[in-house]
Amino acid sequence: MSALARLTRKPWIWSWIAAFVVWFATIMVTGGASTLGLSQAALTFAAFSIVVGIGQMFVITLGPGNIDLSVPATMTLAGTVALKLMNVENGMILPGLLVAVLIGVAVGIANYALIKALRIPPIIATLSMSFIVQSAAIWTNRGLRIKPPSVLADFTTSMTLGVPNVALVALLLSLLAWVLLEKTIYGRWISAIGQSMAAARMAGIPVDGVRFVTYVFCAVLASLAGYLLACFSGGAALNMGAEYLLMSIAVVVIGGTAVAGGDSNVPGIWGASLFMFLVVSMLNTYGLGAGIRLIMTGLIIISVIMLAGGRQPGAR
Amino acid sequence: MTGQALQAVIEVAGARVSFGAVKALDGVTLAIMPGECVGLVGHNGAGKSTIVGVINGGLTPHEGTVSGDGAVIARYGIIAARSRGVRCVFQELSLCPNLTVVENTRLMHRQLGGFGWRARARAIIGRSLDTVFPGHGIDCELSVGELSIAERQMVEIAMAFSDAGITPRLVILDEPTSSLDASLAEQMLAHVRRFVGAGGSVIFISHILGEILSTADRIVVMKDGRIVAERPAADFTEHSLVEAMGSVVKGEERRRAARDLANAPVVLEHAGRGLPFRARRGEIVGLAGLAGHGQTGMLMKLHAASSGDWLPRKDPAVTFVAGDRRLNGVFELWSILRNFSIASLGDLSRQGLVQADAEAERGADWRKRIEIRTRDMGNGILSLSGGNQQKVLFARALSTRAPVVLMDDPMRGVDVGTKQEVYDIVRQEAANGRTFVWYSTEMEEVCLCDRVYVFREGAIVAELAGEAVTEESILAASFEGTAA
Repeated sequence: MSALARLTRKPWIWSWIAAFVVWFATIMVTGGASTLGLSQAALTFAAFSIVVGIGQMFVITLGPGNIDLSVPATMTLAGTVALKLMNVENGMILPGLLVAVLIGVAVGIANYALIKALRIPPIIATLSMSFIVQSAAIWTNRGLRIKPPSVLADFTTSMTLGVPNVALVALLLSLLAWVLLEKTIYGRWISAIGQSMAAARMAGIPVDGVRFVTYVFCAVLASLAGYLLACFSGGAALNMGAEYLLMSIAVVVIGGTAVAGGDSNVPGIWGASLFMFLVVSMLNTYGLGAGIRLIMTGLIIISVIMLAGGRQPGAR
Repeated sequence: MTGQALQAVIEVAGARVSFGAVKALDGVTLAIMPGECVGLVGHNGAGKSTIVGVINGGLTPHEGTVSGDGAVIARYGIIAARSRGVRCVFQELSLCPNLTVVENTRLMHRQLGGFGWRARARAIIGRSLDTVFPGHGIDCELSVGELSIAERQMVEIAMAFSDAGITPRLVILDEPTSSLDASLAEQMLAHVRRFVGAGGSVIFISHILGEILSTADRIVVMKDGRIVAERPAADFTEHSLVEAMGSVVKGEERRRAARDLANAPVVLEHAGRGLPFRARRGEIVGLAGLAGHGQTGMLMKLHAASSGDWLPRKDPAVTFVAGDRRLNGVFELWSILRNFSIASLGDLSRQGLVQADAEAERGADWRKRIEIRTRDMGNGILSLSGGNQQKVLFARALSTRAPVVLMDDPMRGVDVGTKQEVYDIVRQEAANGRTFVWYSTEMEEVCLCDRVYVFREGAIVAELAGEAVTEESILAASFEGTAA
């Protein structure tokens, strides 16, 4: 009983409950016929939100006002440039990956430079950066749609032991993020900064260094997600990042991370990402029209956040 | 004045105000007669601002009455006070920086509204400025934010003396000259005399005793929420005023034995306005003076100068104990243990990974050492009382390897028992070679220091060492007039 009680106090439990309920409601309608297919699709599509969402979560942990709106543009640019560089050759896969990561690093540096040097609030700085990055993507893309190298295309669309490969990649990155957040000094530091920047500074934490690394980390995860997504969907498109702006923030919030900063968790990102995909497919299964579907999505998200927000403050 | 006995403009009788356990006012009776200037002096926390709050209607006393013109006023508040002509010039400037001087005048005088208020407001504030500060050269169409701090203060003072339908009868000046230079201060004091000569009343609070002595008719000295002396100004000298403010009876002091540290190496130096700052190994250096005269700023500078914002330091040079716990002390979402260990994580980790066992062990060790009253270090920090939270902050700082500990008046609101425990720890650690830089507003603590720097207006104005560290000498240095 006490184990159960402790579980319900975990902030991420609500997103998992919600994801499970929606999953169950969907397979009940189909009579269990598509259980495996639905689960695999959910894992595949959730993987991209997970990777992007983890980066966003780290930034949001830094406290009020910290957010990275350049995520979609970074995804697009990284996908576009990497595919162009690889030019359908399997031998260029690693250089392509490296370039994607470098783009992430560059965007992260530029983001924090704007925030720190020009003292622009993060929300404005990253938004303006996203315009620059998006323009760069348009300029390099020029309407061409280059296919990914065949090995990469296969890798991203196939499965290992019934689990989609992209979900495995997301799992690896999540483990890394979990260790960073829960076990390392760095994790303590971002949580401290998120609770009180002044106190963090006086406790001897190198505040600027930590924030800088966090913005770079977020941009790198976004570019990785862009790289994977471009390969998965058979080529980069200029609007491929668009839905991940809201998605990256929604999964963080639904996952039980404190919007005010200082308190985050990795499991919640998984529950929330699966939930976000499953809600849409459930409403699709019910055969609802597009308008109703959007309204329902909004209402369901609000109710999950209200439920999750009902936890008592002070519980760690 | 038709032969009747004069009646007080405002009279406070037996006022008691307490904030939590702190008695800010402990039965104060004070009457302000027409045509007199009352000087109000006292050390920080003596209750001056509280009594001002009661008189201007901002605070309702928990006990006692406020009466005006001989009649007790049942529901006395800010609006009632203003309609009786009570005006107040605050220490913290209270003008809206984004509005012009004229617009601020309109805000202050409710009855100025209606068509053409701008012209009326400009005339009123302009006239008042010309009277108080002839030749001021302030453009009333500028927004207050564009004015210098002295000009803002001038506008604020002129605002209090301005007449827009309700004649000011009692003007409270709370350290009005702190940002004015000598000639402007003189103009203002001259106006105060004129105003009083015409039958107005003034309550004048200042830390510059010369001003008080030359301007006030009567001086009221406060200490610990009580009035301890009340005499005509002519009966006071600067010396006797300082004496009246200090504690008259000296309790047995827990003085430390004088130590010879002249040969110890200097570990911290800072040159700024005023005397240079220097701290030696194993020394307890006090920062004294009135609150808000740059001591916290000095600590922040010392901290910033020896800690990195970009790269973590392997060996921390300084550590900090916050006085304002909520602002820059505790991490509210965290457990006691995490709050304790945050500053020394470098020692508790391997390859960037925090060693949970080592962390818990050190936490348990310090919990015993300074008796943090909790069953479980995993409990939230906010489950502790204020004093115990403060102990956690002490433990956080002392458990680092930093050779210098900066303390920002950390004993605010801490009970006596805890204080004594912490004093003992500080003395022990200092004997082991740690340096403490200790800002305190409490005399008892300042007197524990080997050497004391006295601050005034952001600069160090005096250095006292050994036997010279006494309440009188510190007060004298903090209240020193123009001489620096």
